[in-house]
Amino acid sequence: MPDAAVSIRGVKKNFGSFVAIRELSFEIRDNEFFTLLGPSGCGKTTLLRLIAGFESTTDGEIFLYGEEIEKLPPDKRPINTVFQSYALFPHMTVAENIGFGLRMLGWNATDINNRVEQMITTVKLDEFSHRKPAQLSGGQQQRVALARAMAPQPRVLLLDEPLSALDLKLRQQMRAELKALQKETGITFIFVTHDQEEALTMSDRIAVMSAGELQQLGTATQIYEEPANRFVANFIGETNLIDATIHSVNGQQVVCELPGGFLLDARIDNSTAVNTGAQGAVSIRPERLSIVAPDTSQQPTNHQGDHSLLNATLIDTTYLGTDTIYSLKLTEDHNLSVRVQNNNALGSKAIGDTVTVCVEAAQFLAQ
Amino acid sequence: MASGTFTPVRKWLLLPTWVTIGFFLLLPILLVVVYSFLTKEFRGGVDWTFSLDAYDQFMFDRGLFGDEAPSIEWTYITIFFRSIVQALIATLFCLIIGFPTAYFIATRPASSRSIWVFLITVPYWVNLLIRTVSMKFLIRDNGPMNQGLMALGLIDTPIHLINTNIAVQLGLFYSYLPFMVLPIYASVERYNFALSEAAADLYASRWTILREVLIPSVKPGIIAGCILVFVPSLGAFLAPDLLGGAKTFMIGSLIEEQFKGTAGNWPFGAACAVILLTLVLMALTLYARAQSKERAQEQRAG
Amino acid sequence: MGQKHRFNVRHYTGFSFMTIVCLLILYLPLLVVLVYSFNDSLSITRWGGFSLRWYTELFTGVESAKFKQAAFNSLTIALSAGVVATLFATAAAIGMVRGGHFRGKTLSFGLISIPIMVPEIVTAVATLIFFTSIGIKLGYASILLAHIVFCIPFAYLPIAARLQGIESSFEEAAQDLYASRWQAFRYVLMPMMAPGILSGFLLAFIISLDDFIITNFIKGAGVETLPTAIFGAVKQGIKPNIMALSTLMLLFSIVIVTLSYLIGRSDSSKATH
Repeated sequence: MPDAAVSIRGVKKNFGSFVAIRELSFEIRDNEFFTLLGPSGCGKTTLLRLIAGFESTTDGEIFLYGEEIEKLPPDKRPINTVFQSYALFPHMTVAENIGFGLRMLGWNATDINNRVEQMITTVKLDEFSHRKPAQLSGGQQQRVALARAMAPQPRVLLLDEPLSALDLKLRQQMRAELKALQKETGITFIFVTHDQEEALTMSDRIAVMSAGELQQLGTATQIYEEPANRFVANFIGETNLIDATIHSVNGQQVVCELPGGFLLDARIDNSTAVNTGAQGAVSIRPERLSIVAPDTSQQPTNHQGDHSLLNATLIDTTYLGTDTIYSLKLTEDHNLSVRVQNNNALGSKAIGDTVTVCVEAAQFLAQ
Repeated sequence: MASGTFTPVRKWLLLPTWVTIGFFLLLPILLVVVYSFLTKEFRGGVDWTFSLDAYDQFMFDRGLFGDEAPSIEWTYITIFFRSIVQALIATLFCLIIGFPTAYFIATRPASSRSIWVFLITVPYWVNLLIRTVSMKFLIRDNGPMNQGLMALGLIDTPIHLINTNIAVQLGLFYSYLPFMVLPIYASVERYNFALSEAAADLYASRWTILREVLIPSVKPGIIAGCILVFVPSLGAFLAPDLLGGAKTFMIGSLIEEQFKGTAGNWPFGAACAVILLTLVLMALTLYARAQSKERAQEQRAG
Repeated sequence: MGQKHRFNVRHYTGFSFMTIVCLLILYLPLLVVLVYSFNDSLSITRWGGFSLRWYTELFTGVESAKFKQAAFNSLTIALSAGVVATLFATAAAIGMVRGGHFRGKTLSFGLISIPIMVPEIVTAVATLIFFTSIGIKLGYASILLAHIVFCIPFAYLPIAARLQGIESSFEEAAQDLYASRWQAFRYVLMPMMAPGILSGFLLAFIISLDDFIITNFIKGAGVETLPTAIFGAVKQGIKPNIMALSTLMLLFSIVIVTLSYLIGRSDSSKATH
């Protein structure tokens, strides 16, 4: 498979009795900005360290452009890493840090100088080349780490939460720069983060991981709009998860029954096969709900073949500036959160009023 | 192979240390235990015959020719007992002076703290023999201390200290004082003063805060300091020898005497060393237990 | 109550006084010896004006040859024992801190700590008994060997502390950038460990230089180090030339500890941005 940059085949990793990676198999394409996303302890950093060669797999193989690399030590893999702590050598200048890899590869001094200068310009650190890392700001250190890892022109660049030590503003700026850098150089980026916003804004594809397993692999839109399971729905953004039973199935479209007897149209993942009566949950994003009949207390009337309206009681409102969050009670045990933009007046509603909400999109999750 | 799989190989870097300390110190210490059960050779050294004479001599008096009914021999027990008491008193005095000092240093601004620590560290690096000789010179009957006090009119006749228990006590205290200050300083420096502020906010007085909040928090440092003073004090040789003279024998001098010249008794000296080592190991075990209990508590709290 | 009397929960009256007492106790004897070593009077306790005569006496007097030989022994033993102990301790620190979990790790640490935990007098007895029973001749070599053994933990502690402060990501970064294991050690880990190695060496050096009890047991006849020579001389009373010698050793120790302090400080200033 020539178009796979890295291919993970049945990889397992245990540390003693602790299972860090249960079993993983997937492929990372060439020239891709690929993100491993998950909470801490999900195995994403372990996977990165396996690809870099700092740990060896308990079982399974890792291929780099079709070549098995499991037996190679880190210094024999054409892969470079940007460390979370940057790991800049404190006793070397910026230029010496950036040139270190080239020196180890045996480049001659002139070539090293040229390449280092080029990298320093790329990351806009021209005035700082003779400084020590301790004399740089966090953002500048981050750039040095990036330049150092990219100087030897690796085929794959691994980035271990490289933005986590920066403040919010710098982080947002660096996201754009990283994305641009990846497109410009065409190097395959494997980016590890626990920050979903970072993952959604930068990545071509995202692998959501939890408890050492792959939960979903897809584009940002796919994992947000069509979460594969409860974990992904919950982890990515805000959502309402409500127990549901399949009422009828029509290809990718299902009608499910919610607590309180409401019927609701939902989609299902094309990989999931369900039958009538199957138990699961629906995920409804708060912004995909709207309050349609503020003053009515009647039973909602469904359009023909269209199940999208629910009745609920208003229990709380939270004003957020641009939006307002309405907390609704669907039944004794089930609440709904609705996010509405503050541009159209809904009229004043009191706590305890019954309102009707319209569901624009819902996803049925079998697990 | 990945680097992670190489790390076990690194344990072999310990080999030179294992061999050196194992062969030239651990084995010799075991040999001391063996020697304490051998028969003494009259010109120093041992005869390789099993014997309990050394321990018998330590415990029992059997008369000049060894033919009388055994009664408890108090000479050596007294020396050991005195050594323990002297070491405990030295530890107490070090604590009384050392704790306020350590606290004072730890509450200085961060920039000047290292200077204070430096001042406490310097005497530790200075040769102990020279420090003891200096103390001996200072407190002599006609030495600078007495001359100074007499010049100030505070005393009429010199205070006689040299060759007394008090001089030994002073010497031990002076020798190991830095060992008390440094570990306590290290734990007070880590202490979170918000705890003191919280206690003050809840109407505790300064001394209540000290007793109920600060001291319990820095207890590991205090225990470490006490051990670091007590253990070397117990086996001290220089302070009793130079400041105490012949009358105030401590364990260190007793052991040294058994190995010097031809009058010595190697198995007896070895037995004394074994008893001293046992006492020290007991103190260290108590310390280790206190530390691990402390750590367990911390883990529960965290 | 004005600003001046603001309640400070950290302040305890009398603690600063105790600190002064503590420093006085620690420094007064040393200062007195330092001052009196420049005393011109023959009677060592009566001040007779400033003079360098005892220093001249020390270097040219009847005992000067003995002290020069002792100084030579002390310095060469301390230097050799310091270097060997530092080499062993550096290797041991890498094994302990970077060796991962292995069987016997706690035991190894216990072994390294023996020279610190066991009272010196017991170490002295053990070494004497061991050397005589395996037939090693007491003298220069036996002193050197014993010093190497008990200097190891003193060199080990600062080196291991330094290494623990260096994240393993630095070596990983070096290997990631195509350095072999040896190159990662040579170009990255060793320069980063250097301050710790130097402090370890200085501590081992000074511990060897200062040792009296063990050396006294195993030196054999005729071989003296500075501490045993001073001890022998002091037994006959404190003479002014001994005070001059003590002052020189005192100043030498202060130079070494200052050096060690400056290494530590320059290093910590580098570590904090």
